[in-house]
Amino acid sequence: MSAAPPTGRRAPWRRTVLAIAWPGAVGLLSALLLLLVALPLAGLLFSASPRQLLAGLGDPLVVPALRLTIFTTTVSLLVILICGTPLGWVIARRTSGGSGAGRAGKVWRVLETVVELPVVLPPAVAGVALLLAFGRRGLLGPGLAAAGIGLPFTCAAVVVAQTFVAAPFYLQAAVAAFRRLDPDLILVARTLGASRPRVLFTVAIPVSWPSLAGGAAMSWARALGEFGATLMFAGNMSGRTQTLPLAIYTALESDLRTAQSLSILLVAVAFALLVAIRAGARR
Amino acid sequence: MHRTTSVIGLVVAALGGWGAALAAKPPSGDLVVFEAASLKEAFAALAVRFEKDHPGAHVVTNTAGSQELRAQIEHGAIADVFASADQRHMSALATEGLVVGPALFACNEPVVVVRSGLAGSLKTFADLPRAERIVVGAPEVPIGAYTLQIFQKAGARYGADFTTRLQAKVVSRELNVRQVLAKVVLGEADAGIVYRSDALAAKGKGKETIAVVPIPPDLNVTAAYPIAALKAAPRPELARAFVDLVRSPAGATVLREAGFVPCPAP
Repeated sequence: MSAAPPTGRRAPWRRTVLAIAWPGAVGLLSALLLLLVALPLAGLLFSASPRQLLAGLGDPLVVPALRLTIFTTTVSLLVILICGTPLGWVIARRTSGGSGAGRAGKVWRVLETVVELPVVLPPAVAGVALLLAFGRRGLLGPGLAAAGIGLPFTCAAVVVAQTFVAAPFYLQAAVAAFRRLDPDLILVARTLGASRPRVLFTVAIPVSWPSLAGGAAMSWARALGEFGATLMFAGNMSGRTQTLPLAIYTALESDLRTAQSLSILLVAVAFALLVAIRAGARR
Repeated sequence: MHRTTSVIGLVVAALGGWGAALAAKPPSGDLVVFEAASLKEAFAALAVRFEKDHPGAHVVTNTAGSQELRAQIEHGAIADVFASADQRHMSALATEGLVVGPALFACNEPVVVVRSGLAGSLKTFADLPRAERIVVGAPEVPIGAYTLQIFQKAGARYGADFTTRLQAKVVSRELNVRQVLAKVVLGEADAGIVYRSDALAAKGKGKETIAVVPIPPDLNVTAAYPIAALKAAPRPELARAFVDLVRSPAGATVLREAGFVPCPAP
């Protein structure tokens, strides 16, 4: 393996070839991936007439599913933000700098991996895992039953499933953002007399805001698309546990057009919210 | 740098070769059977027998909901045999000219399955409203449509109030019969309505996690299962032989052991 000669000594024809081939290769590879993602979306959008799509939206499944989806994903996102921000902060603080070297740092790093695991769990496995934890015969089942709480088949189960699968996305972003904070910034704030909560709320969160918002958007999008764990853990009941993805799957059994209309609705809602969150993050 | 390039070249070539191998047709002895979810266990037993009778033949199965299998066939999936849990889907494929000579080979009847802890208090169909959580199939899938019919007939017999009380206990409408069964086996649902063959399959797994409560014959419905070879079957002779085996007395025995019943005379 010989070291590449400095550009200036290269034969002129090689530079010309590179000048043509490089943009060509970049363009071709980018175009391939873009097409792969964009074509199915275009197919979804353009393979039915607007009138057929509107008729599909008249299906009785649609309104309850849309309402339930917006409600449950909002609650899930709030839970993730309220609990995930402090968790991300603790993990970042305990695993970076001087405190990350000791045994405690290792433990926090393991915990970080554990809470990020749901990202790689197949959805059906996530559903079974939730049942084995919170179901009637699950770990907490007898305790919950004694307290008169039955989670499966309820709206709360939908929120639990969404939070389970979506939390890692926000958490990952929060930990990374808090780790990137300049330690001196925190030190200065503390020496100037800022309390610990004040450091988090007036220094760390504002500085990390764009990354946090990006993570929140990813979490929210994941909650919106959540399907398998919900189906296993919360069941499929219109108005109670049937979110948009479940309604789409149910509609597929009878009417492709309704499923298609619902899918476009889902994509539109997701697109609007992602744009809104990204715009908010830039400010 | 050159070494990197050649490594990338090798990887690309290997992936290409692998892709080509995957895209190639399955070995000539493979018989592809598209079977409805409820047929899984019975057809697995029949496949073993078939492979013994036809040395060199290998049965490959694709198990899913009948409507999904139909959609796959309509979109050009390569298969030899299609066995449906619903005549509607088979008739549709016959009308489109995709299958040849569909014939009924078995019938299945819905039953109530009850989680083990409740078997004592839920002994007959009339006790069903005592269950706290009932899981049924969505009306869009065959078992859900049958369940609706049964509930309606029950309403005519025990009073409309009976149906209302039942519907109030329904906590989920699952998208296939095995999901209904799973919820009862896991103990999350108290009762569910599935095919007798599914109930037997769950009990056959060893654990006495569920009890089976029959539905009175005058309230019940029968699900008829048709089978056919595909017109575009890559291995038409093997396909016909498999259909013949399923419809033979030996096939009927295997199906009966799996919980299926002979179809009532029309």
